[in-house]
Amino acid sequence: MEAEEVAAKPPKGRFCTICNQRRAALKRPKTLEQICRECFYAVFEEEIHGVIVDNQLFKPGERVAIGASGGKDSTVLAYVLSELNRRHNYGLDLFLLSVDEGITGYRDDSLETVKRNEIQYGLPLKVVSYKDLYGWTMDEIVKLIGLKNNCTFCGVFRRQALDRGATLLKVDKLVTGHNADDIAETVLLNILRGDIARLSRCTSITTGEDGPIPRCKPFKYTYEKEIVMYAYFKRLDYFSTECIYSPNAYRGFAREFIKDLERIRPRAILDIIKSGEDFRISTSTKMPEQGNCERCGYISSQVMCKPVKWCKACVLLEGLNRGLPKLGIGRSRGANNEQSKNAKEAKGIDSIQSKQCGTLDF
Amino acid sequence: MACNSATCQSGGCYREDNGDRVDDPFPQPPPAVATESTQQPLSNGKNSDSAFCIKCKLKESMAAAFSSSSASAQVTGGGGGGGGASDSSRFCGDCFRSNLYGKFRLAVTSNALISPSDNVLVAFSGGPSSRVALQFVHEMQMKAQKNFDASRDRSLPVFGVGVAFIDESSSISIPAEKFSQAVEEMRLVVSNLAPPVKEFHVVSTESIYSSDSNNGRNRLKDLLNAVADVTGKEDLLVHLRMLALQKVALKNGYTKILLGTCTSRIACHVLEATVKGQGYSLAADIQYVDARWEIPVILPLRDCLAQELNIMCSLDSLKTVEVHNDHHSGINALITSFVKLLQEENPSRESTIVRTAGKLTPFHFNRMPEPDDCNMQLASQRRQKKYNLKPNESLPPESFCRICNSPLKKSDVKSYKLENQIMSAEDISNGCCTSCQFQILPKDISLLEHFYSLLPQQMVARGEYSCLGEDRWLREQIQDCLLSDTEDGT
Repeated sequence: MEAEEVAAKPPKGRFCTICNQRRAALKRPKTLEQICRECFYAVFEEEIHGVIVDNQLFKPGERVAIGASGGKDSTVLAYVLSELNRRHNYGLDLFLLSVDEGITGYRDDSLETVKRNEIQYGLPLKVVSYKDLYGWTMDEIVKLIGLKNNCTFCGVFRRQALDRGATLLKVDKLVTGHNADDIAETVLLNILRGDIARLSRCTSITTGEDGPIPRCKPFKYTYEKEIVMYAYFKRLDYFSTECIYSPNAYRGFAREFIKDLERIRPRAILDIIKSGEDFRISTSTKMPEQGNCERCGYISSQVMCKPVKWCKACVLLEGLNRGLPKLGIGRSRGANNEQSKNAKEAKGIDSIQSKQCGTLDF
Repeated sequence: MACNSATCQSGGCYREDNGDRVDDPFPQPPPAVATESTQQPLSNGKNSDSAFCIKCKLKESMAAAFSSSSASAQVTGGGGGGGGASDSSRFCGDCFRSNLYGKFRLAVTSNALISPSDNVLVAFSGGPSSRVALQFVHEMQMKAQKNFDASRDRSLPVFGVGVAFIDESSSISIPAEKFSQAVEEMRLVVSNLAPPVKEFHVVSTESIYSSDSNNGRNRLKDLLNAVADVTGKEDLLVHLRMLALQKVALKNGYTKILLGTCTSRIACHVLEATVKGQGYSLAADIQYVDARWEIPVILPLRDCLAQELNIMCSLDSLKTVEVHNDHHSGINALITSFVKLLQEENPSRESTIVRTAGKLTPFHFNRMPEPDDCNMQLASQRRQKKYNLKPNESLPPESFCRICNSPLKKSDVKSYKLENQIMSAEDISNGCCTSCQFQILPKDISLLEHFYSLLPQQMVARGEYSCLGEDRWLREQIQDCLLSDTEDGT
C-alpha cells in the first residue's frame, strides 16, 4: 500500500505543508512555505480576519465604504471583505466608493472594472469626480502645470474626495487597500525625507479618528505579492496599469529597494513596519492641527497653511483658479533645480494616500 | 500636509531638505550651482567667483585647483556638509580642513566627549574615517599638551590616547603577508603621531575568549559557522568586535573608546536597523555617546560625511591601510548600494536620514555618565536636558539583548525566571532581541544549545544580569520591609 502511494506521488511535486493532502501548488511569498491553493486561500483570508479582530477595526452594524480604484488591492479587498463579512458575521453594510480623477485612458478604464465589481460582488457603488467637486480634471490640471507636482494635487484632492463621498454615502468608516509593501515604502520614504511627524503616524492601522471619517487598512500586514497571487488564482477581475502621469515618483526608489529586499529576506517587509511602530518618537510631534477650513467649511484634520486657515485642497484649488499653479507647492524663492527636486519629493510624500496599481509580476 | 512654505509654522510641516540649516554652524549659501559643479570643473569660467574659496575668498577653491587632475571627480562629485552641493569643492584646502576639524571639536566639546582625565582608545581599522579620527584626536591632544606645557599651575592634565586594531584574520580570510604588512604600516602611522606617544594594540577577535588562543580561535570559528544567515553572521562579527574593544580597553586602563563612525555609516545603520525590525533600539546606536558599555563609546565624527573624510585624507596625504576588502554581503550590501544611489541623486540625503533618526528619543545611557568634576557637567547637561534622559526609577531597569546589547522593548520581553541557573532553549531566545533571534540564533533547539555554549562569557553574563535585573529591582523596592535577608538566595 505504502509503496503504491510513494509511486503515485508526482515526481516533482510534494505535499502541501499545511494540509498534507493536496499537492503543493505555490510557494507562499511571506513565509516561503510550499502549500496548495485551498490552504493559501485559507491562510490569506484568515490572517486578514485575524488583523481585523485583533485591531478591532469594525463594529457590528457599521456602514463601511471600500475605496475602490479597480486595481488589484481594492478588488481583492472588496472580495475578501465581503466574504469575511458573510463568513464571520461582521454585520457590516459594505459599499464601493470610487474616485474619478478625470484621467483619460487610465481612470475611465479602471472605472469600468469597478462597475463590473459592483455587479460581481453585489456591493452598491458611488463614484465621486474631481470635475464635480473641484471643477478640474487631472488632465486639465496636468495641461496647466505639467508633470511636476501633479501627484501633489491628485493626492490632496483624492483624500478630500474620498471624505466627501463617504459623507454622501453616510458611512461610518473608510477602508483602503494599502498593503504591507505600501506601508513599508512609506516608512522608508519618511525616513529619507526627514518627516518625523508622518513617520510616527504612518504605521497606524486606523487613522483619522479625530477627523471627519476614520480610515483603516486591513491589508496592513498583507504582502503585495500575495494579493496578486490571490487575485490571479481566484481569477478576480481587476485593472493593472500604472497611472500615466506618475513615471518619476520618488516612491519608485523605495519600491525597487523593497523588491530587492524581499528577495533576500521576505520577512523584512514586516520588520520595517515593526520598526516603524517601535520608533521612539515623542508624542508632541504627533498631533496635526485640525479645524474647519474657512473657504469650504469642511472639517479637515490636515495641517492648515497659515496665514490663511484653509485646508490644503482649497489652497491648491485657489492656485489653479487664479492661474498660479505653484501656490502651495515648493518654496517661494529658488532656482528651477530646487523646484524640480521639490516636485519629485513632494510627489512621494503626498501620494501616501494614493495607490499605485501594481503590475501582474511574478 | 506639508505646504513647503518658508514661513509655515505648522507642526506637521517640514523644512525643505536643502534649506534647513538650523543645526549647521557653518551656514552654506543656497546650492544654486549644485548640478553645474557636479558636471564640469568650475574653472570653466562660468562663474568666476566660485573659483575662489567661498569662506576666505582668498585662496583657490579645491575644485578649481584640482580641475585638471583625476582627483576632481572625487572632489566635485557631490556630497558635502549640511547643504546640498559639493561644499567641499567650494572651499580651499585650509578652510575645508578647519571646517571639518571644527565639526569634530564642536562634537567633543558640546557633548563633553573627552575630559582631561580620560584615557581614550581609538578604534583604528585603517580606513579613512578612523584615520581622520586618529589624526584629529592627535591634534587635539597636541594642543592640550601645548597648553599644559605653557600653563603655570599645570592644573588640567592632558588626556591620553591609545590605538587598537582588531585582527579579524581568523574569521575573514586575508593573505598572511598582506596582513602583517598592513599591521606594520599601521604601527608606523601610530608611531609617527607622537609626541605624545600612543600605544598600539593589535587585538584578535578570539581574545574575547579567556582560554588560550588556539582554543579561542576554534570556538570562534564554530560560533560563526553556527550562524546560517549571511547578514546575521556579519552582524555577529560586528558585535564581537565591540566586545574585543571593550576587553582591551578594560585591560589597559582606558576610560573611553572612540569610533570613527561618520554620517554616511550612520545613515546605512539607520536603514539596516529599520529593515531588521530594530526600530526601538535604533536611537541608542546613533548618538554621540553610548554609555551602556563598561567603557563608554564616543562618536565625534558623527556629523562628517564619508566623502569629506576621503577628501581630508587625500588633502593631507593621510596614510590609510586597506586590510581586507570590507566586502559586505546580504542585506547590508544592498543597503550600502541603495544609500549610495540616493546620495548620488541628492547629495544631502545621508545628512537628512541621520537628522531624521536624530529626532528619535535617545536612551538614558546616551549621555556621558556623571563625571566627578562639576564644572564639566554643566554645558553638556544643559544640552541633554531636553530629552530628560534620567532613568525613571519607578520603572524596572532596561534589559538588553544578550548578543547585540540593544535595549529590549518591554512588551517584547517575556519575563522569565531562571530555574536552578540552567538556561532552557526558551530562556536563551527570550534574552535576545527579535532580530538576533531570527538572523543569528539557530532555529533547531539542539543547535541552539550548542550555539549558547560557544558564546563568549560577556554575552552569557549579560543575559543573566538582564534576567535577574527585574527580580533584583523588585526586591530593592521592598527591601526595607523584608525581615529576612535570605529568601531564595541570589
